Amino acid sequence: MNAENPVKDRGFWGDLSAVANRSLLQLPRDLASIVPALFVPVFFYVVTIGALSGIANFSALEIDYKAFQLPVAIITTVTGLSRAAALVTDIKDGYFDRLLLTPVNRVSLLLGLMVADLTVFLALCIPVVGMGLIVGVAFPTGILGVLLFIVMGTLWGLMYTGFPYGIALRTGNPTAVNNSFLLFFPFVFLTTAWLPQENLSGWLSAVATWNPVSYILEGMRSLFVDWDGVAIGKGLAAILGVGLVAQIFAFMSLRRRVSNP
Amino acid sequence: MPPSAIAAESLSRHFGDIKAVDELSLEVEEGEIYGFLGPNGAGKTTAVRMLCTLLTPTSGRAVVAGFDVVKAPHQVRKRVGTALQSTALDEKMTGRELLRIQGRYYGLSSTEIANRCEELAPILEMDAIDRRVATYSGGMKRRLDVAIALIHSPSVLFLDEPTTGLDPTSRAKVWEEIRRLNKQMGVTIFLTTQYLEEADELADRVAIFNSGHLVAEDDPEELKRQVGKDMIVVHLGCDATDSEAEALLTGVSGVEHVEVSGSELAVSSSQGAATISPVALALSSANVPVVEISLRTPTLDDVFFNLTGERIEEDVRREVESEEAV
Repeated sequence: MNAENPVKDRGFWGDLSAVANRSLLQLPRDLASIVPALFVPVFFYVVTIGALSGIANFSALEIDYKAFQLPVAIITTVTGLSRAAALVTDIKDGYFDRLLLTPVNRVSLLLGLMVADLTVFLALCIPVVGMGLIVGVAFPTGILGVLLFIVMGTLWGLMYTGFPYGIALRTGNPTAVNNSFLLFFPFVFLTTAWLPQENLSGWLSAVATWNPVSYILEGMRSLFVDWDGVAIGKGLAAILGVGLVAQIFAFMSLRRRVSNP
Repeated sequence: MPPSAIAAESLSRHFGDIKAVDELSLEVEEGEIYGFLGPNGAGKTTAVRMLCTLLTPTSGRAVVAGFDVVKAPHQVRKRVGTALQSTALDEKMTGRELLRIQGRYYGLSSTEIANRCEELAPILEMDAIDRRVATYSGGMKRRLDVAIALIHSPSVLFLDEPTTGLDPTSRAKVWEEIRRLNKQMGVTIFLTTQYLEEADELADRVAIFNSGHLVAEDDPEELKRQVGKDMIVVHLGCDATDSEAEALLTGVSGVEHVEVSGSELAVSSSQGAATISPVALALSSANVPVVEISLRTPTLDDVFFNLTGERIEEDVRREVESEEAV
């Protein structure tokens, strides 16, 4: 063996930082997959508040429709966005095998990608909130309310990444990863996205009651009124509940892929 | 006797009913270049993937750089470098970025990585190191791939078909680097290849691997000596069949075996120099057009044929033809 073999165990955080470093370096070279994620929700937000603002006059809305729609814009921005497509490219090009040949901790292979996701979510949530403030959305809960609003949106996006990562690791197939976007529609739109629960009827009302995203939207909307521990708690519980399922799926898929059966 | 850098004992890997590698036992000494020669689909890559911890063996045992590949894969990974068959490079990154990133996976400091890049400069195209990999030629990508595999100064380097798809100039450069790594840095090299010339040129010892089995293992010259026969190669002006050639040359003094490949006849004989004239006469008297006739000593392809009844060269030629067709 070479006498000067310089390999050192960096520990979990060192490994995570090494993997995250590459993912972060890739971000500015992959803007084509990030910018549309901001454009589409902003477009829908502008169109929706322009077309449906009058709804506040006959619905049970406690808040201005611009504020009512802002959490929807955030959730639409971050849901389904991840580095899963880059992961599939790594799997197909053999780079993932190269990573597996290193002594890097296997968990950090996925968490490193999520560090880049976290960065993207923050970078996208901040301008969306800024846009809300510009059009006149007010946060009576103050700066802490704004921060919690961004944290809830970011945390939801991060937890949800488990689904596309799980699919990427199980299939290694870019089409399957793209199709995972289909999950986004029932999650986001069969909710109180357009109207409050009281104004929904029939099956949509029933589905929205069971859809965890309704509770996340309500928790975020509560920040436009006052501090409501119950609504926020339910929102955070919904994020963590869905997140638990998604992340277990992702890490089990990772284990399956690296266990070289 | 120097200790083994790689030792495999009845190593097997089955995929359902398919025995990709069956009961492979081998020993590679420290500082050796070990050629693992076989045609496409022989199971070479499966063997390498097991030895470098990417694939769990179905049965058997392997110790690489002093550690068991199943019981201590983490220790093996720290000591082994691998360049797999396809160059695994992120094309949006520059060469330097990829080297830095790889160095960090092994816990190297920025200074250590910079120093190592200097040491690896002869492999790398330093002018291109700050360019994105997407702009590299095939040969440059392959050399960067090898440099990345070496960033942590491994004691054992696995090279899985390192020159497949490269032009002759790039191939020669890769060979030169393999020799330098072995001689100057003392790296043990496990080289899989389907190119006979590559195994012959580089390897201290060659293992002939076919259909998941190790069929022979020795110094290339010794393997060729074991074939023992000279080869008379005749290029005909027309195609021939085995039966036609056999009918023509059976009974010709000194001819021991005739093999046909398109318009080429390979005649084996223990006394090539004495047999070449009778062969030429026999063909001439049968009015068979001869373009060229030559005498050569056995090659590793002859060794492979002797052991398996198949030729690797034909396999490689078919592959090149199908690539050209695409």
